[in-house]
Amino acid sequence: MAEQVLSDVKVLDLTWYIAGPYCTKMFADYGADVLKIEKPPEGDPARRIGPFLNDDPHPEKSLLFSHLNLNKRGITLNLKSETGKKIFKELVGDADILVENFSPGVMGRLGLDYETLKKINPRLIMTGISNFGQYGPYRDFKVSELVLSGMMDQYSHGNEGREPLKMAGNCEQYQAGHMATVATIAAYWLQLNEGIGQYIDVSMQETMTADIDHRTLNLLDWAYSGEVAIFRQDPRAGTSALLDITPTGVYPTKDGFIRAAGGIIFWPRFAAAFPDIGAKYTWPDDVLNMDNKGVVDAFWYPWCLDRTKQEIMEYMQKFKYFTTAINTPIDVIESPQLKERGFWVEVEHPVSGKQIYPGNPLKSEDPWWQVRMPAPLLGQHNEEFLCDKLGYSKDDLVKLREAGVI
Amino acid sequence: MAKLPLEGVRVVDMTVIWAGPFATHMLGMLGAEVIHVANPHHMPDFAALFTRWPEQSQLEGLGGRAPYPGRKLGERPWNRNGMWNRVSWNRLTCSIDVNKPEGKEVFKRLIKEADVFIENNGANAIEHLGLGHDVLMEANPRLICMNMPAWGRSGPYMNYVGWGAMHEAIGGHDWLRGYPDEDHPTTNNFRFHMDSAGGAMAAIGAIMGLIHRKKTGRGQWIDFGQMESFFPHIGEIFMDAAWNGRNQRTIGNRHPTAVQGCYLCRGPEPTLETSVAGGERWINITINNDEEWKGFCDVLGNPEWTKDEKFSNVVSRYKNHDELDEHIREWTRLHDNFEIFYMLQEKGVPAGPVWDWRDAYMDPQLNARGFFETLHQADCGTYRYPGFPWKFSETPLRVTHSPCMINEDNDYVYKEVIGLSDEEIADLEGKSVLGDLYYDWAGPMPERLWEEK
Repeated sequence: MAEQVLSDVKVLDLTWYIAGPYCTKMFADYGADVLKIEKPPEGDPARRIGPFLNDDPHPEKSLLFSHLNLNKRGITLNLKSETGKKIFKELVGDADILVENFSPGVMGRLGLDYETLKKINPRLIMTGISNFGQYGPYRDFKVSELVLSGMMDQYSHGNEGREPLKMAGNCEQYQAGHMATVATIAAYWLQLNEGIGQYIDVSMQETMTADIDHRTLNLLDWAYSGEVAIFRQDPRAGTSALLDITPTGVYPTKDGFIRAAGGIIFWPRFAAAFPDIGAKYTWPDDVLNMDNKGVVDAFWYPWCLDRTKQEIMEYMQKFKYFTTAINTPIDVIESPQLKERGFWVEVEHPVSGKQIYPGNPLKSEDPWWQVRMPAPLLGQHNEEFLCDKLGYSKDDLVKLREAGVI
Repeated sequence: MAKLPLEGVRVVDMTVIWAGPFATHMLGMLGAEVIHVANPHHMPDFAALFTRWPEQSQLEGLGGRAPYPGRKLGERPWNRNGMWNRVSWNRLTCSIDVNKPEGKEVFKRLIKEADVFIENNGANAIEHLGLGHDVLMEANPRLICMNMPAWGRSGPYMNYVGWGAMHEAIGGHDWLRGYPDEDHPTTNNFRFHMDSAGGAMAAIGAIMGLIHRKKTGRGQWIDFGQMESFFPHIGEIFMDAAWNGRNQRTIGNRHPTAVQGCYLCRGPEPTLETSVAGGERWINITINNDEEWKGFCDVLGNPEWTKDEKFSNVVSRYKNHDELDEHIREWTRLHDNFEIFYMLQEKGVPAGPVWDWRDAYMDPQLNARGFFETLHQADCGTYRYPGFPWKFSETPLRVTHSPCMINEDNDYVYKEVIGLSDEEIADLEGKSVLGDLYYDWAGPMPERLWEEK
């Protein structure tokens, strides 16, 4: 197997659920040796979160777990037991990076805080991901994806007069993990050059507030003028700032919906796609005259209803008029674009079989991203690590298992 | 002072909007010297975003207003735009007109001094300028060159145009994020997760490029389609489509197993006006299990309805979600959202307010951790900006550059980075290749805002 960009990096992974595992998945996908340490006997709770293959709630069939833990090896270890702690400390001596996302204070109570671990390995980078950071008045507060969403831009997402909306799935937790990777890999670069280890405190709340998307605009607009620029508004109403007749918003088609975005400067593109309509109006005055909007709409709505979303997208994109299909997940799996880029990859797993996974986002010239192995079965690499690496005998393994250490 | 993680790394930045500037700003926050190269003949796109004609519409129009201090454009609006300023601290700027042959030569000299180049223009734009990755990497074989258009540098959608909302529609996010009771996808006003994911992924890619170069001595071209970093963020939903053939659709604010919702609290009824001006009070509450349900009921004082068989366990609560929502809403409407937030958290129930923008700036946790940075910039004044998203114990991150004003670092970049002589600079300024040559804002709107690109 070809060398990957992070092949020399050793990561100890004490993460669970979503944000932490996504952080270490980045390292694993690009070649790092990531050892996931799960709590016996049940392991990462993500194993019990759906969806599951064929809706069978088997701990090796969770799609979420399979996705987040691709390319990692896994052992089970009870960090509350003295033997478990001893084994963990042996592993720390050899690691470059440790990532955990327990509640703040848990590592301290286990006697495994950064101050202790850096005595074992002064080069260690330890990243702690938590809801609100390792200190502060909200330190011990609980969150869900929805609760996290509220403390960012949910206020301006949705329709006016209705409740604000979160985004799909668990986007915010994934993003927090992604942002933790940025900091951790930057710290690794410094460690590589200067031998410096450190602790990185990642607050999910802060990664969200520091994110740029329309928060950028609204936070600054609030500071600058006491107003906000973007707010909840039904896209069927169009963007009233544009004040022109070009189609903007969501439109029904033969098989679903498309989204279009116009604006005065895009009229020439629309006119090129529909020369008959284009010839009717002088630009810019007639295009800014909202009295003409009814005529354009009377043409545009039925034109869309007669065609599929893919046909409309392909036609309008030829004229560079901002129009795209509103695709479903199955459409995305079958997307010709992602097929040609080879984005979806097949991975063979001993329990779930050969299945489709999200692939490499960065197409580098050298093969940085590779599938080396599927997500680990619970405790799959106990023997490999404890016997081959740390020198325990198979007899010892039995004792450790009986004592609930692994 | 402790060395910053990326200190000594030089990034040349020709990014335009959202994900690109987010990526380079993060590299700047981590200590890299990030040099944004603008064209002296027009505003950087991020500073011009939402610039509309007539001028008045960008200050008063609804749905896409640009943030300027006091809603006044000032003499140099490009230095006063919040979009630009938000991501331009810890960055430098200089101007080079790369449309002119002499500008391309100067730019290549800058590239020779760079470790990383990042741009997120249209898929072919940089190649049409004659500055594709092959040209730049020939000038500097040790360069990490990242092109990050929405869909990458290949495939049928490579040149597809649109804003975030358009690309996320293709990518399934629009379909998965609306109100479940609406008959059509409604809500992606302006929240594009691809920009969040893309910014982080690009920063990671750039640093991996440095690591790879340290091992091999070679640079790397990275063809990064931003959307491909978005898909893994809802990966399990796409896998459900591929593995189980299930086409999920939006469940709005609901969760697949827990009961949760966003409930209106004491305060005004939501209207278009309150969605614009802030002041609506909403609380998000999630109840995962019996323990949290008990905590929730305790806070409410265990009213009679909570003892109904319908709400006695995880499954029955989920089954009667709509009815439960009605009961919760009746209660939340009587309290302020921060009050509910603290009461429920005290009992271990995940709950949190929906911030409006004032709430964000006033948040006790963020302020206890010193999250916001107070930054001054001569053309726009002093404001609080969202700060660093991480805290490093040994190399604390710090502000190395206030929000940069366009051309602020021309001298430094021309002379100390590129090594141009005073004569060369004078000559190139004479040819309008370098220097501060922005158009007169008070005059007619520039041609380029009207022309077909």
